[in-house]
Amino acid sequence: MKILVGVKRVVDYAVRVRVANNTIDLSNIKMSMNPFCEIAVEQAVRMKESKQASEVIAVTIGPSKGGTETLRTALAMGCDRAIHITTEQRTDFLEVQPRAVSKIFQSLVQEEDPSLVLLGKQGIDSDCGQVGPMLAGMLGWPQITFAASMEGDSDKLTLDRETDAGTETLEVQLPSVVTCDLRLNEPRYATLPNIMKAKKKKVDVRDISTFADLDLEPHLQVLEITEPPPRQAGVMVESVDELVDKLQNEAKVI
Amino acid sequence: HRHQKLLLYWHSIDFFHYFFRSDIYYKASHLSRVEIHQHNSVHIKNPILEITMSLQTISRRLLSRSTATLVSKKSKPLVTTMATRSYLSHSQLPEEHKMIYDMCRSFADNELSPNAGEWDKKHEFPTDAVTKLAELGMMGINVSSDFGGSEMDALSYAIAMEEISRGCASVGVIMSAHNSLYLYPIDTWGTDAQKEQFVEPYATCAHGDGLKVGCFGLSEPGNGSDAGAASTTATLDGDEWVLNGTKAWITNAHEASAAVVFATTDKDLKHKGISAFIVPMDAEGFSLGAKEDKLGIRASSTANLIMDQVRIPKDYLLGEQGQGFKIAMQTLDGGRIGVAGQALGIASASIDVAAKYALEREAFGKPIAQLQSIQNKLSAMAVARDSARLLTWRAAMLKDNKERFVREAAMAKLAASEAATMCAHQAIQVLGGMGYVSDMPAERHYRDARITEIYEGTSEIQHLVIAGDLFKEYKQAS
Repeated sequence: MKILVGVKRVVDYAVRVRVANNTIDLSNIKMSMNPFCEIAVEQAVRMKESKQASEVIAVTIGPSKGGTETLRTALAMGCDRAIHITTEQRTDFLEVQPRAVSKIFQSLVQEEDPSLVLLGKQGIDSDCGQVGPMLAGMLGWPQITFAASMEGDSDKLTLDRETDAGTETLEVQLPSVVTCDLRLNEPRYATLPNIMKAKKKKVDVRDISTFADLDLEPHLQVLEITEPPPRQAGVMVESVDELVDKLQNEAKVI
Repeated sequence: HRHQKLLLYWHSIDFFHYFFRSDIYYKASHLSRVEIHQHNSVHIKNPILEITMSLQTISRRLLSRSTATLVSKKSKPLVTTMATRSYLSHSQLPEEHKMIYDMCRSFADNELSPNAGEWDKKHEFPTDAVTKLAELGMMGINVSSDFGGSEMDALSYAIAMEEISRGCASVGVIMSAHNSLYLYPIDTWGTDAQKEQFVEPYATCAHGDGLKVGCFGLSEPGNGSDAGAASTTATLDGDEWVLNGTKAWITNAHEASAAVVFATTDKDLKHKGISAFIVPMDAEGFSLGAKEDKLGIRASSTANLIMDQVRIPKDYLLGEQGQGFKIAMQTLDGGRIGVAGQALGIASASIDVAAKYALEREAFGKPIAQLQSIQNKLSAMAVARDSARLLTWRAAMLKDNKERFVREAAMAKLAASEAATMCAHQAIQVLGGMGYVSDMPAERHYRDARITEIYEGTSEIQHLVIAGDLFKEYKQAS
């Protein structure tokens, strides 16, 4: 079974982003692999180690310099080879949007013919969570989002799916698109020998312009970006009645 | 043709750097040096180029020294030449070094920093963390892959040591003693049989019998800096060596299962009578002293190795008889890069805690980071740490280029250890009262930093090594 794993290069989770001129300034900011994509890579590599998968291909869309770093990390974790779609456009929703990403992935799926596409549930920069469902829709494949556990073989998978109401257990026939949630696994550190081996693994570099026949123009325009309001100090209440009153009338949650 | 011209240009500039570097080829003729240089750097065999270079060499030889100096001053100093790779900042590092940096940094943040305080308090060897390090290939970092190692270069080792020690200095010393002091000598001077038995299982955890750690027995109760005055004896009895004596201050003593021990076979020969031996620590007559109660690096065990009529097979001699002192000195050269890395890690951790605190703590109506006294301190700490880091990277890169690096390694260790103590001292000062209590890690960094000026060659010894090498250069020139 071949697995295609999507890997996104995002602002490092520990960095405090600053909003300026209705945009996020990305110059000199630390970038790293999206944490949910790390979980997806780890899941794919585990499936390869347990012989469920025969080949794992990592795919990223990003700048020529930064994108290779992200892919080398994926290769060092255990992917077999990688595809790098180069673009100097911003991949954080402002320029390259989920619809374009899904179309590119659709094209790659048609080319590579994997049985499973593993993605992170969302990018921590855009927080869209759209590529998984959109890609499944475009391919006509079943989708499981927010996977928290995964078992199965080359024909079908049994997954636990996390929702706000609780966890549901689902069975899905392959081929399928699965997006990975936090509790699925804990990503490994790349071992030193694997870091060295990653150097020799194949990275297929293609420019995004080779997909020009697909309509990749953004259909959504970002009007404004603002920082969330600063955290307010809490309010001390004297009694339970006062608490209920505030919840009902001020916060309006009950 | 243009490629040839470019090669000539690169070579002619680099030639002058080569001319003035003191190196292991100092006795070679200029002609041979250019040949060696070209052989090392460019794999293109071009007889016309070689002849042209030779003619250039001869014509340059005819120039006076002052003219040669003038010409070399005019030529642009190259950060990167074809033979010597030189990286001055993290952003310039090649991909795999960056990946090692990232990996070690996140390992230290996730696995080491949260637990280091606890391990220090309990004097507890962090077996799980060190086992994880071994699984990542960090406990055999320079060993060749034939013997289970990660086959990384000295620069990777220096970077890894700094990031790991930033998380926990004790884990740093455990890693450095194991890699530089135990694995390196056996990997360098050992026979294949010795490497199979004493390098392979120690470079990796893959053998299923858990973590295997080694140690290095050079210092004795009676001599530390004066390594040539070893009083541990080794006597050949049939086809066994019999070792008697005590080694002091041995890192990893209580966790190690094998040791590289230095003993004398003939005291009259002084340092030329010392040989290196591989000693399995479960041998009869081998015992350990009590764990030392140290000021810092308390998660690592330090104790005496006591050998009373310990018998080892004849072929556990490491290298040749009488070669022990040279093995020890060369091992310590490489070890100094590791310890410099550890000291840099402690300095970096101190700067981290001081800078973060200064941005939050308010006094006189504003964060103390806005006060000049604090700014001066943090600046001095950063300069000390960064300069020591550059010295360490330089020593590591020289070692990787197979050039002589004795002086540079001593400078790196000296600078880094003094930077560590200074940064840790000032970090406590910046934190004020909070720096004095165990709620913040500053006090632990202060205690951990102190040993870096003492072990693997005291700062005083480093001064002697540097001065000795410096004077040698001038003596040669005149």
